[in-house]
Amino acid sequence: MGSISLKNVKKSFGEVQIIPDISLDIKDGEFVVFVGPSGCGKSTLLRLIAGLEDTTAGTILLDGEDMTKAPPARRGLAMVFQSYALYPHMTVRDNIAFPLKMAKASKEEIDKKVEYAARTLNLSSYLDRRPRALSGGQRQRVAIGRAIVREPKAFLFDEPLSNLDAALRVNMRLEITELHQQLKTTMIYVTHDQVEAMTMADRIVVLNAGNVEQFGSPLDLYKKPANRFVAGFIGSPKMNFVDGPEAAKHNAHSIGVRPEHFKLSKTAEAGTWKGKVGVAEQLGSDTFLHVHVDGLGLMTIRTDGDQTFSHGDDVYLTPDQTRIYRFDAAGKAI
Amino acid sequence: MARNVSVQTRIGFTIAAWAIALLLFSPILWVLLTAFKTEAEAIASSPTFFPQTFTLENFGAVQDRSDYFKHAFNSIVVSVGSTLLGLIIGIPAAWAMAFAPTKRTKDVLMWMLSTKMMPAVGVLIPIYLIFRDLRLLDTLQGLTIIMTLINLPIIIWMLYTYFKEIPVDILEAARMDGAELWNEIVHVLVPMAVPGIASTLLLNVILAWNEAFWTITLTSGRAGTLTAFISSFSSPQGLFLAKLSAASLLAIAPILLMGWFSQKQLVRGLTFGAVK
Ligand SMILES: Nc1ncnc2c1ncn2[C@@H]1O[C@H](COP(=O)(O)OP(=O)(O)OP(=O)(O)O)[C@@H](O)[C@H]1O
Ligand SMILES: [Mg+2]
Repeated sequence: MGSISLKNVKKSFGEVQIIPDISLDIKDGEFVVFVGPSGCGKSTLLRLIAGLEDTTAGTILLDGEDMTKAPPARRGLAMVFQSYALYPHMTVRDNIAFPLKMAKASKEEIDKKVEYAARTLNLSSYLDRRPRALSGGQRQRVAIGRAIVREPKAFLFDEPLSNLDAALRVNMRLEITELHQQLKTTMIYVTHDQVEAMTMADRIVVLNAGNVEQFGSPLDLYKKPANRFVAGFIGSPKMNFVDGPEAAKHNAHSIGVRPEHFKLSKTAEAGTWKGKVGVAEQLGSDTFLHVHVDGLGLMTIRTDGDQTFSHGDDVYLTPDQTRIYRFDAAGKAI
Repeated sequence: MARNVSVQTRIGFTIAAWAIALLLFSPILWVLLTAFKTEAEAIASSPTFFPQTFTLENFGAVQDRSDYFKHAFNSIVVSVGSTLLGLIIGIPAAWAMAFAPTKRTKDVLMWMLSTKMMPAVGVLIPIYLIFRDLRLLDTLQGLTIIMTLINLPIIIWMLYTYFKEIPVDILEAARMDGAELWNEIVHVLVPMAVPGIASTLLLNVILAWNEAFWTITLTSGRAGTLTAFISSFSSPQGLFLAKLSAASLLAIAPILLMGWFSQKQLVRGLTFGAVK
């Protein structure tokens, strides 16, 4: 079991309020991702759940039990750090065995679990090495191995993949997702990479300046963003926003159109926005066009990779009328 | 490091370094040579460099007059004992200052350092009276306690500096892995800080070994250490220069040997952090 509830949790460092007031309910077995811009308090929130920071106010329940004041060692959670935080003076085997030793497990049990974890994570041939003799990806696996052997109530990950190169990151992303499907243990995963968030999460918490902007499934967030911040944060490339008279036509303070929700043509059509191509980023499968639209500014358009555009071409954009997002003056979706 | 230094400069620096080293070493060399001279030769008006009549009688005389081995034993007990006691107190203290600092931590550190700036004589009378009332005068226990106290600021400062270099993530990982405070310190912090702890230990054994003010003032016969042993030969009554030299040589020999064997560790420990 591993449900996690935060009730009116607040956190300040001295005078500075980092988390004004957060309540969250994470169900047992869920994969929840915290995303948000740098400095919004993702790590702080995770560390509050872990017990590595004390809450200023509020309650943290694990499986319904009040753990607000419990030290990290008593909470039964496991954490994987961005820096891996392996014990440099211990072999891989001892690193993975450490939580079991702390739990006073028997020697046979320790051996069995370490062997099993090493096999699952392809670490069997490195068991007698020190962490410094491992690559970044292998270190990350050891950190994960150390987390799984103790069979925690939940796993906490703080940007575990950000020190890896792009290809390895995709690999490890799949491995972690697979691990979750296999173990069915609650996982909380912090990232500022929205692709990781969208692909891994059952539900995503979008944080901004210590507040939860929205908590929902990836597709919910994509299709029904609660406000302009979430609309701009989820989706890649970013949503295009338009203010002023063009938005007023839709009875809104501002409107948003995703790059993939445009019809694009090279000849004038009724009701379209006219613009000039600035940069065309051709990825092969897709092309991202950065278009300077007359009177509306720069917009990003996603189109298939077959058409070719070059700098200075005139293009005409027709937003898909059914997929225009409308926001009021406070940025709330309407 | 591929810096171009002319041959002349290098020769100049080499000569200077040797000159300074010899200058620093010359008193020890003189003691070494004098210890093997007769008393008459040691104070001869035209001093000799090498002993003309090589003799070991000074060492015998010294042992007969005031038991060397007893003093050496006391020195070992006090220096090792006070250092271990200091580490037992200092490691948790430095842990708290490095990893759970408060607004006042820096002040506490400065205050501890400031106690080392005060002349020891300033507290001689209160400490002497306290020791007298607690019957700690001229006891190894009393001497170990005072030595622990005077070196504790240095121990905590050194450990604090080493601990600051350890990434706090790793200690937090231990906490997440279910380690209570004691296990975190014993299984993670201490093994990672072994080089720093070893240097602290060596330096403090040396400091305690060489300490003379408190060992001489708080002991008379029973608990005297080697510094008290040397000073008992420095009375100007007789022809004692050669015996004083022999006593000094015996007193510094153990620590000199220890320093020799651990010099790599000492240098590494004392420059720790500076090279990273
Ligand atoms: N120990 C601390 N003392 C004071 N301020 C802190 C402390 N830890 C974090 N903060 C502040 O809290 C805010 C949130 O930090 P946090 O590390 O949670 O951000 P984050 O969302 O994880 O950012 P990133 O994506 O860059 O990791 C930041 O403004 C940071 O400066
Ligand atoms: Mg962070």
